[in-house]
Amino acid sequence: MSDTPLLSVRGLSKSFAGHQALAGVDFTLRRGEIHALLGENGAGKSTFIKTVTGIVRRDAGDVWLDGVPIAPRSAEESARAGIATVYQEVGLLPNLTVAQNLFLGREPTRFGLVRARAMRQRARERLAEFGLAIDVGAPLGSFPVAVQHLVAIARAVDLSARALILDEPTASLDTHEVTVLFGVMRRLAAQGIGIVFVTHFLEQVYAITDRITVLRNGRLVTERETAQFPRLDLVRTMLGRDLAEDEGRAETGARAPRIEAGPPVLRADKLGKAGYLRPVDLTVAGGEVVGLAGLLGSGRTETARLLFGAERPDQGRILLDGKPVRIAGPRDALKHRLGYCPEERKTDGIVADLTVRENIVLALQARRGPFRPVGGAAQDRIARDFIAKLDIRPPDPERPIGLLSGGNQQKALLARWLATEPRLLILDEPTRGIDVGAHAEIIRLIRSLCDAGLALLVISSELEEIVTYSDRVIVMRDRAQVAELADGAIDVTAILRAIAAEAAPASLPEPA
Amino acid sequence: MRALRAGAPQLLAFLAVLLADRLVAPQFLDLHWQDGRLFGSLVDVFNRGAPVALLSLGMVLVVATGGIDLSVGAVMAIAGAVAASLADSQPLPLVLAAALATGLVCGLWNGLLVAVLRIQPIVATLILMVAGRGIAQLITEGRIITFASPDLAFLGGGAVLGVPMPVVLVLGMLLLTLALVRGTALGLMIEATGGNARASALAGIDTRAVTLAVYAWSGFCAALAGVVAAADILGADANNAGLWLELDAILAVVVAGSSLLGGRFSLWLAVLGAFLIQAMNTGILLSGLPPELNLVVKAAVVLAVLLLQSPRLAGLSLLLRSPR
Repeated sequence: MSDTPLLSVRGLSKSFAGHQALAGVDFTLRRGEIHALLGENGAGKSTFIKTVTGIVRRDAGDVWLDGVPIAPRSAEESARAGIATVYQEVGLLPNLTVAQNLFLGREPTRFGLVRARAMRQRARERLAEFGLAIDVGAPLGSFPVAVQHLVAIARAVDLSARALILDEPTASLDTHEVTVLFGVMRRLAAQGIGIVFVTHFLEQVYAITDRITVLRNGRLVTERETAQFPRLDLVRTMLGRDLAEDEGRAETGARAPRIEAGPPVLRADKLGKAGYLRPVDLTVAGGEVVGLAGLLGSGRTETARLLFGAERPDQGRILLDGKPVRIAGPRDALKHRLGYCPEERKTDGIVADLTVRENIVLALQARRGPFRPVGGAAQDRIARDFIAKLDIRPPDPERPIGLLSGGNQQKALLARWLATEPRLLILDEPTRGIDVGAHAEIIRLIRSLCDAGLALLVISSELEEIVTYSDRVIVMRDRAQVAELADGAIDVTAILRAIAAEAAPASLPEPA
Repeated sequence: MRALRAGAPQLLAFLAVLLADRLVAPQFLDLHWQDGRLFGSLVDVFNRGAPVALLSLGMVLVVATGGIDLSVGAVMAIAGAVAASLADSQPLPLVLAAALATGLVCGLWNGLLVAVLRIQPIVATLILMVAGRGIAQLITEGRIITFASPDLAFLGGGAVLGVPMPVVLVLGMLLLTLALVRGTALGLMIEATGGNARASALAGIDTRAVTLAVYAWSGFCAALAGVVAAADILGADANNAGLWLELDAILAVVVAGSSLLGGRFSLWLAVLGAFLIQAMNTGILLSGLPPELNLVVKAAVVLAVLLLQSPRLAGLSLLLRSPR
């Protein structure tokens, strides 16, 4: 064949401690192609990427790049060979400048000294090709994640990458940033670079990819051209089950109209902080789900953090059951039976080294204080109880939580707060970065918790999602509350209109 | 059972060092009974290793929170000076209380700098490491204070049921510390704080109090070590008491498998690590080799223990075991 594929993987296998994470996976990436790599949590996407790029040693299989067999033993070797990976968590150095990050390890020098000005000049040029006009002398960490991603991609491409693997680059980007990223991806593809695109957003798969490979349980399920792969088929393939049944259930399971929401459990009265969040008024009653919608950085997370005491408000007050309370920190919030699942699972949620059991009892134990320990047997019972109830996999309470997939970590964090029997639970992006199956489970869970009388405040970027479970939706924009929608008025278009009231309509996502 | 398996590398290393000691000094394992207590080189290992073992009980908790305490040697000197200067005029309980309270205050000072003022632990405790010896010298007025109090001397040279008092104190402190951190939820909170302080705080753990507590405990343990060291030589030498022992304590904790980044810890392994280091010291002294070699050998053994714990090497041994 004259046209050898850019990247060809045959029979790739890998097992961890008896668990077959990859079983004889084949994969082909052609030049100039954008290829979606899809699968549920535990399908083997991460293992596949790590094995191909040599971060993890493969057990069996071959990898060819441009017809040449390669066996990199580290991400760096792999990058030098021509396969670069950009992860969801940008693997660059936030304390160095953008230019330094771009040229790290290959700085232009004269007489052994770094030519800082030349480096900045070149950095500006490179980034201009990506449509980025930023101060390359500023620390990378001072830029939004989207910019950091683009810098990481620019660096990878500059390192003469022929194949680029993007592992969930869009998970934390807003619509506009996604558009910019897609523009860059298309341009790179036009230059003949092959791109593997891992994502959880089906919309994006159809918006940009040419071809789709689906993995399930470490096996290759199918590889098809995107245009010939109807959405329903894709989801069915990913889940390995009949979706029609699930959808039917989703329809009938839509929230029954509230039976008279009781008095508000929580009321925020002009709660705000200068330079952080403009005053917000909101109430949440037992058995009610209040959605917080808005673009990234619109003040959703800020509201949650003020409510939970993770950030000190400088104005307004919080009332619980109509009585003003002082919440000076998370411990006070916990005492008042509030719970908060933060958006950043890894940095703000899990303690990776500790076991699932320890992570689950952490908040309960924190509330009881150090001198009233939850006994070993009780811990085990609580952990097993929630593992069964939330279907946390693998069902081993003694496994370090860092080894679980994102969706299962999220469920364990939910368990952490449910174990404290909260009255109000704040969920910040509870479905972010987790697969379709776990996604549906979390949403089901939100509903059942609400039916059990819990007051829920849920933040999400996925408007369809918010619409399905919310009784009321509060819309945020530019760190201020801009609208509140209730009952019949809640739909995606209404939320969009509220967000868009002043923003340019072109930068808004189309309602699905 | 699980604890034993986790500590296998350290236990094996300890036994290997004891065996090596026995080879260089045939009388090493001999025990004899005299004046109501056990004597012998093996007993010496535990007796001499007691101060570092006490230090490591505090150090291991500090390290588990992701911190480090460089001041423990200096706190030993301060507490020793306090104890020695009061020994002949005050009853033992008061002497002990004064010395231990001093250690606790020193630890709280460190904790204040680290937990409240958020100074990096290595810098924060460096302050007391430097200033501590000066404070100790102020207490002793620049002299070596000696005392005659048999009560205090008993803590260094006495024995209970034949077991030297320092060893009894180590055992007692090990049990007390175990009860304090494993009998309560403090251990979990320490490991959570060291593992991910941000997440722990958001889960409602008072990470500041946890940090304060571990430094205070480290100070307390160091003070007891200082009292034992002073009781042993019947005097307080502000310049040399506990000198460089903070490094041995850190070494003991590292040998125990703790990561200096914080997280999981094991109290009994830290104590075992301290005795392992002492077994090496004693072995080299007995072997008649020049004591200068001591440090080199110590480094080699520590390297060996760390290699045994290395996950990469563990993977290698697995590969070797299952030929494919």
